[in-house]
Order: sequence, then C-alpha cells, then structure tokens
Amino acid sequence: MNRLIVWFGELTTPAKLYRRGLWFLLPAVVWILGLLVIPGLSLVALSFAERGQYGEVVWNFTLENYARLLGYGIFGWSPDTVLILLRSLWVAFVTTLVCVILAYPLAFFIASRPPRTRYLWLALVIIPFWTNLVIRTYAWQMLLAPDFPFAKLAQTLGLLAPDAGLYPSPLAVYIGMITAFLPFVVMPLFSSVERLDWSLVEAAQDLYANRVRTFFQAVWPQTLPGLTVGVILTFIPAMGMFVIPDLLGGAKYLLVGNLIQQQFYASRDWPYGAAVSLGLMVMTLVGLALYRRRGKDVDLV
Amino acid sequence: MRLNPLIGISAIATLAFLYLPMLAVAVLSFNKTRYGLTWSGFTWDWYVRLFSNPDILEAARNTFVLALLSTMIATVLGTLFAIALERYPWPRRSQGFLENILYLPVVTPDIIFAVALVVAFGAFRMVSSLFEPGLFTMILGHVTFQIAFVALTVRSRLKSLGHDLDEAARDLYASYGYYVRRVLLPLLTPGIVAGAMLAFTLSLDDFVISFFTAGPTSQTLPLLIYASVRRGVTPEIHALSTLIFLITVLLVLASERLTRR
Repeated sequence: MNRLIVWFGELTTPAKLYRRGLWFLLPAVVWILGLLVIPGLSLVALSFAERGQYGEVVWNFTLENYARLLGYGIFGWSPDTVLILLRSLWVAFVTTLVCVILAYPLAFFIASRPPRTRYLWLALVIIPFWTNLVIRTYAWQMLLAPDFPFAKLAQTLGLLAPDAGLYPSPLAVYIGMITAFLPFVVMPLFSSVERLDWSLVEAAQDLYANRVRTFFQAVWPQTLPGLTVGVILTFIPAMGMFVIPDLLGGAKYLLVGNLIQQQFYASRDWPYGAAVSLGLMVMTLVGLALYRRRGKDVDLV
Repeated sequence: MRLNPLIGISAIATLAFLYLPMLAVAVLSFNKTRYGLTWSGFTWDWYVRLFSNPDILEAARNTFVLALLSTMIATVLGTLFAIALERYPWPRRSQGFLENILYLPVVTPDIIFAVALVVAFGAFRMVSSLFEPGLFTMILGHVTFQIAFVALTVRSRLKSLGHDLDEAARDLYASYGYYVRRVLLPLLTPGIVAGAMLAFTLSLDDFVISFFTAGPTSQTLPLLIYASVRRGVTPEIHALSTLIFLITVLLVLASERLTRR
C-alpha cells in the first residue's frame, strides 16, 4: 500500500518523491560510477593480467604482479619495491607530523587576529595552496641549487661538498612536501581553534595545570575534529605524490607514485602498474579506516 | 586572546617559508640573465616574450577552456547532487551509500585516479573513437573530481541553512518549483559560487590527471611548466609562473569576499 504524504502542497507518495530526487542524483552518481568506480574495477582486473613482449596487456590470470610488489622477482627476493612502499609511508608520516607541528602556532596566530583581518591572514595561507604545485616544486629546486644562499651556507658550514646543491635529496623532498601540504592542515585546524571553548583553558589554569598539561588536556581534545581532517588530507595524497619526489628527489628517492608512473610510461608494464596502484589504495584505505574509528563524522571540506 | 610571542614568531616564520619559493621565482622573472641565477639587471623582456610565444598561448587557452567547461558541468551536477542528498528523505542505507560515492573522488589518491582513467579510456576506445586522449578526455577526468568538491561545498551551505525556511515556504503554500526558484537557489548561491570557484581553481591547478589523460595536442600550462622544468627552465617560465601566482592571489581574494557574507 502506498502511503500518501504532503510535499509542498502536493499530495504525493514517497515513491514518486524518490523518483524526482533520483533525477537530481543520477547524473552525478552515473558520472562517478562510470569514470571512477568502473575504471577502478578495471584496474583490479588488469592487475591480474600479464605484460606482453611489447608492453601490451595479455589477459592471462597471474598473481605474479603481486609477488613482484612484495619483492619477489626472477632473481629471488629483493627489498627494492618493499623499500619504496615503506619509504612512501615514512615520508607521508614525517610530512604529516611536521605539518601538524607547524600548523598549530599558525592556526592559533590567525585565530588571535582581530576579526577584520583574520580572513586576510587565512587567505595568506590559502594562496600558496592554490598556486600550482609544479611551480612551487620547481621554485624549491631553484632555491636549493648550488649557487643559492641555502646551499652556500651549508657548504661553508662543511655540511655539503663545495659546488654541491641541496637537491636532489631526501631533504628537498621533505621541504617540498611540507610546503605543499601545510595549508591542508592549517585550514581545518583553524576552524577548530576558532570555535575553541576558552573557559576550559581558564579552568585548567585556575587548577594550576602547567602549559603542557593545559595544552594536552584542555586544547588538544577540542581541536581533534579539525586535526583529523587535516591529517587525512595530508597523509593520503602525500603517500601517492609523484611530482615532488620526481622533481626534488632524484632517481634514488622514489615513492610509490613514481613507481606507478614509471610502469605506465617508461616500462609500459600496465598490469604491474595496476597492482602497485592497488597496493597504494589498500594503504590509503587502511589509513582511512584507522582514522574513521577516531572521529566519526569527518567532514572533509 | 593572549598569545605567547613565540607562537607569533613561529607563525610568521612558517608563512615566510611558504612564500619564499614564489618570491624567488618572481624576482628572477625580472632578471636580465638568460641562464643561471645571478642578478644582472631589471627587465620586462620575459613578459613580453611570454605573450608572443605560441606554445604558451595555446596552453593557456587549453587550460582556460578545460577549467571553464569542466567547472560548468561539475557545478550543475554537484549542486543537484547536494540538493538531492540533503533535501530528500532517503532511507538511511541509501544515504550512506551516496555519501560514500561522494567521498570516493576526495579520498582516492590522484595518481590512482589518473591511471584508472588511462585504463578505462583505453577500453572505451575499443568501442568508440571518442576517447582519444585530448581535451574531451581531460574534461571527463576533471569533472569527476570536481563534482565531489562542489557537492561538498554546496552541502555544507545547505546544512547551515537548516530546515526552517523549507518549513516556512511549505506553511505559506509555496509549490516545490516556486520554493526551489525563489527560496532555495537564492540562498544557495554563495555556496554554489564558492563551489564553482573551488572547482575552477582545482582544474587550473591540476597536474596529475591532466598528465595522464592529455593527448599530444592538449598541452595545459601545468604540463608545459613540468616539461620545461625537465628540459631546463627558461626565464619565460619564471614570468609565466609569476603571472599565474598573481592571478591566483586575485582569485583567492575574490572568493574570500564572496564567501564571507
């Protein structure tokens, strides 16, 4: 039996209402299913196929790509790919950690500005974030070059060989990553800090909590929602990043993203590339699941 | 709010760190030397040459057309999606499914997104020649990630509006069409504009998706900059980067203005 409901002065049924809502919904859902979900599934299928002699895809079922992902090749086990996977996790972790440490003072500083200028300060953080990543990464290449003051200073201090630059190096990758992702942490953190209940901080101070304790018991828990969003927005793309390690890391400091890119271009081994992509996706989903358990309603924007 | 001065110093230092790269590029864009980083006098030359370089103009046009078309499509689809998600009484389980669909483009690392598109377009090409790499495939890719950002922005606006005005419109016997046209859309406009600007800048900024879906004739500015970074940068690229940076500043300031109301 169909229940009748009133919807803006119209007598209608839930079924009719859903049908109308479906027209709003369908274009976007079909688009995302067709160009993200189905391609994603074809990537899964591809990861079980073989590479042909000329880089074409041969549809023979094999688990070889996954064995390679774990480091097993024709010459036995080698740590190379496992190292790249672990390095990607590590780089993403360090990047996120440093970004969080730098973002707290910045978020508090912006929140402490008078309301009239506060959004201008926030805009100052957003602008580099909107500036093209390739441009910013290239700019770091230049700043870390041998004849620029940073490298000159390191040379005089004896940290670098004369005429050597600070890039390509792991340090350069970290610097590039941190500047790229810092705004992703600052913005959500700021929205949490702006809503902070300061009476709890006062209460902590009245009860003679020291600064460290005040921070960890009265401030930190209140900023967790924003922090969670910031960490997700940083950790996930940092793991898959390929532009920054490509331009700043040199051949010895590759991350998963570079490995994937190589398979689709230089090596033309799409099935293996698909398997590596799935490895990255699994790492991403595990990271997300761990975080989902913490903060339930996470709004990403 | 009283702050420890150390916090202020650290904040300013961090901001300086963020701006240092752009500053260096901007200064070099006025440098007379063609090669190397030594300063040898001020010149506008590189900006002039920029505007007579056909490759750069072509890439700029592609970037702009791509951003404009994909933003238009994504804004319409994303807005409809957000309205449907927030304003129809869906059963809980379908609501959860829809939300997962919405977050998917946001949480998928863009390199995976990009190679999935490469594979899919390869498969589609067997059916139709429409999917040759080019502007069309790039638009398809860009819209897919833009939809989610538009929908999330519009949705947060819908959430902050609450249901009071819906109920008022209902009580005053507005029809559904009248309510959408005269109540919902005007109230949503700031959210839609903010979402569209977000989508537009995401498209202008995108490198990874374009890198994998671009054809030989559809160079965009980020792709061009990447190629020249690998080949060896010319001062025109410094000038180009500085201009892009300035345009970004203007866009961000404009959108701050719009969304603050």
